[in-house]
Amino acid sequence: MRRSQGTRQAPPVTSPRELRQGASRGHQRSWLSGYFTLHLSMAIQSLGRLFRTPFATLMTAAVIGIALALPTGLYVMLDNLQQAGGNWDDSTQVSLFLKNQVSEDQALALAHRLEQRRDIQAVQYISAEQALAEFQSQSGFGAVLDNLNSNPLPSVLVLRPLLVDDDPSQAEALVNGLKRLPEVDVAQLDMQWLKRLFAILETIQRGVMIIAILLGLAVLLTVGNTIRLAIENRRDEIIITKLIGATNAFIRRPFLYYGVWYGLFGGLLALILVDISILLLQEPVTRLTGLYGSAYSLGLLDFTLSATILSGGMLLGLVGSWIAVGRHLSQIEPR
Amino acid sequence: MIRFDSITKRYPGSQDALSQVSFQLDKGEMAFLTGPSGAGKSTLLKLIALIERPSRGQLLIDGKNLTKVSKRKIPYVRRKMGIIFQDHRLLFDRTVFDNVALPLIISGYNRSDIERRVRASLDMVGLLNKEKQYPITLSGGEQQRIGIARAIVHKPSLLLADEPTGNLDPALSWEIMGLFEQFNQVGVSVLIASHDLDMISRLPYRVLKLQQGQLVADGYPKGARA
Repeated sequence: MRRSQGTRQAPPVTSPRELRQGASRGHQRSWLSGYFTLHLSMAIQSLGRLFRTPFATLMTAAVIGIALALPTGLYVMLDNLQQAGGNWDDSTQVSLFLKNQVSEDQALALAHRLEQRRDIQAVQYISAEQALAEFQSQSGFGAVLDNLNSNPLPSVLVLRPLLVDDDPSQAEALVNGLKRLPEVDVAQLDMQWLKRLFAILETIQRGVMIIAILLGLAVLLTVGNTIRLAIENRRDEIIITKLIGATNAFIRRPFLYYGVWYGLFGGLLALILVDISILLLQEPVTRLTGLYGSAYSLGLLDFTLSATILSGGMLLGLVGSWIAVGRHLSQIEPR
Repeated sequence: MIRFDSITKRYPGSQDALSQVSFQLDKGEMAFLTGPSGAGKSTLLKLIALIERPSRGQLLIDGKNLTKVSKRKIPYVRRKMGIIFQDHRLLFDRTVFDNVALPLIISGYNRSDIERRVRASLDMVGLLNKEKQYPITLSGGEQQRIGIARAIVHKPSLLLADEPTGNLDPALSWEIMGLFEQFNQVGVSVLIASHDLDMISRLPYRVLKLQQGQLVADGYPKGARA
């Protein structure tokens, strides 16, 4: 709709009263839809601005991405170790190594007797032959064992004690009682190493948490500083919009969206970095766990964890920009 | 529309920029604010636009006491005004359309209202055909007209202009002045700070004269054009 400059229309209003009424009516009617349109267009606009300086944006996102990837990677490692270590309850085992002269029938009878006890959940009998076969297939010493004339391994009863409140002293009392059985050569509680493993994991977990907090702070500072620079660059624009009647909320909004976008891009980069690392580690880890007789293999980040990282990144970006905006916007006032 | 009641403004560490200034501008009235540089013209406009706060005295706009407006409410008071600056204060990374649309976007108008009003506003200043251009490609006079279009797009009841013709040649100045008269004729109150005494003396509008922070004259020029 183009009009020539010569045929100017009369102004569309006739009196100041109508003028104001018209303004407020239009304003009310469109307020809600206007508000959402405003947010949407702000989000897209700030995204567009970020894309106008792709290199700078990528640099910032990369810093955030690496800062997020590090604790995520460590967490994934820990999580996998814990899963590979198995469940705590199920792992509390008592191995009863039986004397050589105990026959299979006697062993099975003992197993049956033990199963009746209230403090024992389950009993599994592993004959000397089974133990040998298992050992041969998993230890890598198969050829050496072939040279042996007789089976050096004893048969074993593996018990799963029923522990109340995970109290290790109960298990120890149980083991002491079982040691006195005539068929038993050695009774061994397979809990100590697990306890140690878990203690170590717990320590590492605490360490990962500290690292995560520190790196989270680093993300906040990175976003905050980037936003501070963006505010400084748009100083004139901020002053002009303030003069025209923009509220602080209106001026704050695009910068908050910057923060969220930076967080999202950083989070995406972190996901990519961690997943690539996992892919690189997958093969050797599968081989390693295979050597320990486990079919365990490293999995990529699942949906929940990925979503957590993305939303965590966005939240950190939002908070970081909020801090920067709160500190710097109030200092920019028209003079 | 505007009422100054013994307004004094003192900046820290200097003498009074305005002292005991009182006057009233009625609704729909158009007036010039004149005086030598440093007389307090800009300070007076800044007080109305809430860029500065008076040290003493009462300032009322549209019956509202500006001295009592909280910092958070300032934007809403400013939205009732249109302010025109000598240096235009346009955003150079946005098109003419987006510059003029800014006051409407700030107030949350919807897209179709924005388009309609921005076009009407650009049409009034005669720059409808430049809406897709960037301000940097326009002449000084055109930039000033964009600034005016932005100031009137939200239909304010008060227009403030600080040296709007300061950098323009006489022909352009008269054109700009014609626009202000046009708005005034539809009921908008207009207050223009200017030291273009030649033009002011030829227009039939009230003139407020400031000197060293004091209001020394308030009246109509003799021999103004009818």
